[in-house]
Amino acid sequence: MSCSRRKLLKSAMTVTLAASLPASAFRFLSPAECRAATGTEGTRWGFLIDTNKCVGCGFCVKACKKENEIPYDAPVTRTWVERYVITRDGKTHIDSPLGGRDGFTDQKIRGEELVKPEDIAKTFFVPKLCNQCENPPCVQVCPVGATFQTGDGVTLVDRDWCIGCGYCIMACPYGVRFFHPVHRVADKCNFCYHRISQGRQTACVDACPFGARRIGNLLDQNDPLTRIIMTEPIAVLKDEYGTKPQAFYLGLDRNVR
Amino acid sequence: MNRELIVHGAEWTEKLLFVYPNEYIYWSIQIVMYPYMTGLVAGAFVLSSLYHVFGQKDLKEMARFSLVFSLALLPVAMLPLLMHLQQPLQGINVMFTPHFTSAIAAFGIVFSTYAAIVLTEIWFVYREYFVQQTIALQGIEGWANRLKRVLYHILTLGAYSTDPAALAKDRKAIRIMAAIGIPVAGFLHGYAGFIFGSVKANALWMSPLMPVIFIMSAVVSGIALCMLTYIIIMEWKKLKATLAKGRGDESVTVIRGAEMEVISKTARYLMMFLVAAISLEILDLIFRGYTAMKSWDILRSVMFDADFAKIFVLQYGLGNALPFIMLLLPGLTIRRTAAALLLVLFGVFMMRWNVVIGGQAFSLSFEGFMHYHLPIIPHDMETFKEGLFGALTVAATPFILFWGLNKILPTLTLEDR
Repeated sequence: MSCSRRKLLKSAMTVTLAASLPASAFRFLSPAECRAATGTEGTRWGFLIDTNKCVGCGFCVKACKKENEIPYDAPVTRTWVERYVITRDGKTHIDSPLGGRDGFTDQKIRGEELVKPEDIAKTFFVPKLCNQCENPPCVQVCPVGATFQTGDGVTLVDRDWCIGCGYCIMACPYGVRFFHPVHRVADKCNFCYHRISQGRQTACVDACPFGARRIGNLLDQNDPLTRIIMTEPIAVLKDEYGTKPQAFYLGLDRNVR
Repeated sequence: MNRELIVHGAEWTEKLLFVYPNEYIYWSIQIVMYPYMTGLVAGAFVLSSLYHVFGQKDLKEMARFSLVFSLALLPVAMLPLLMHLQQPLQGINVMFTPHFTSAIAAFGIVFSTYAAIVLTEIWFVYREYFVQQTIALQGIEGWANRLKRVLYHILTLGAYSTDPAALAKDRKAIRIMAAIGIPVAGFLHGYAGFIFGSVKANALWMSPLMPVIFIMSAVVSGIALCMLTYIIIMEWKKLKATLAKGRGDESVTVIRGAEMEVISKTARYLMMFLVAAISLEILDLIFRGYTAMKSWDILRSVMFDADFAKIFVLQYGLGNALPFIMLLLPGLTIRRTAAALLLVLFGVFMMRWNVVIGGQAFSLSFEGFMHYHLPIIPHDMETFKEGLFGALTVAATPFILFWGLNKILPTLTLEDR
């Protein structure tokens, strides 16, 4: 077999070029990443919280504060965990020290009430975050349009345009909004929009060791989250306000506020 | 304390039982001042319109006075909002990109419309005076007089005619502006009520009656403030003359003090609106108790326990019932009227307080309470702006403005034509 010098050089060049191509060019994309790359069409972000799985460790709150640069020790937070202790006399005792950031290590409720173990009928934890309502009252009341709903259903705040009137904070029935201590404008959970729009999970979902939190596309029938929502009994918080919340709960107790 | 950790509202909020982590009293004293000042503006204007539009001759004395007073109050309606905003420099965005699903977005438009109407009406009322002054000050020495003349000259806007036909046209224009002004003044304040009444998340605020209640109490407070200022100014003048010339001097008896007839007639209008305001408020309260929705338990405990003194003693008792009786009893004197008016003003202020602060006295979870501690001694800009001294600044500004305006637009020395 003859091989001309010209042909050899040509083949060598091809092989070198092919070998020098980065492996990442052939990286497999997850379905979420594909979807993120093709825009927001056909996406409606929803959240699922399984209260049965939550142990109140507070990892989600920690992760959220760090990811979203909410001053760690400031008494405001984009997501929080509430502890419910229902006693045999039917009374409800609720607390959320520092939003549950450091877990619930004190048996006393709000550091003062000590409920005797034998009096407890049931107890559970309920994580909370922005419900990314279908009909968000905060967007309705913003006088300058600084808070708005994206095509994929997430409500965001434009920090450069917010005037800091606090009307959105007043309008939210879930108390998820607050003034950011540093930026001094309205702030809220945005489902880690910078992450989910890149096909990643939210910081709190990633941080949850028990799978109590999930995020998914409600318009995708094959999304595991959508399948649960369609097939299992779920509930939402305060639906009497007509806000159509898109954070769904499994195992939501009637005492949850 | 590290600036990063200072959360707006945490300074003056005390939480009791279970309150969501992000809940604080975000709307504080300045938001109490805002509807209070807007109410005074609207009320003062309505009072002057009662004369101009409906020809209530008994209000003639008060009409010009309350019109100029409503102009002095006008910029002050905006002041508490600016002091409350976290980003006051971006406040102008409301004008640039008004988002009309929000009640606050209408502010810029309603407020400017209203300002235009007040200014126009005042111009027509004072046009003749401007012309007279321009002529009277002609050739008088001194830079102050020259400056004054230039100012009046400009204010005439080139309309010098003072023949009866022109003056008749003025009067017609005044009536038209006053007539347009009434619904706009109503709207200006009604929507301030709407800002609160439409917040469905807040169990205390959400009520379709809120705008109407706000309008009624606005008129009450506006009339009360105009009457009170009128009394103080007239009596002060009398006192000054008496002190200068001695009690027996003849010229002193010529100077008019506050006239009882003007006062008692205006007081009648005040009482009418007061009755309307209280009836609506009581209706709202009864309705809430009767329907006993989910929120009633917490509302009841706020109204009848925590805020009982503020609502039933200070607002309804001291601020409404007592002055009502004082004005109703026979043998009304100037002094008694003045005391009653002070109480009425206080009552309306307490109503604003109980709505704004009371609406945030309980958690959205209905499982806890928030107490408001008004910052008194300021230790930074925020505790000044949203503290006692910020509120006092807002309350004092209209009087300073009115004093200044009175130099150019005399309200009480002029004989009404």
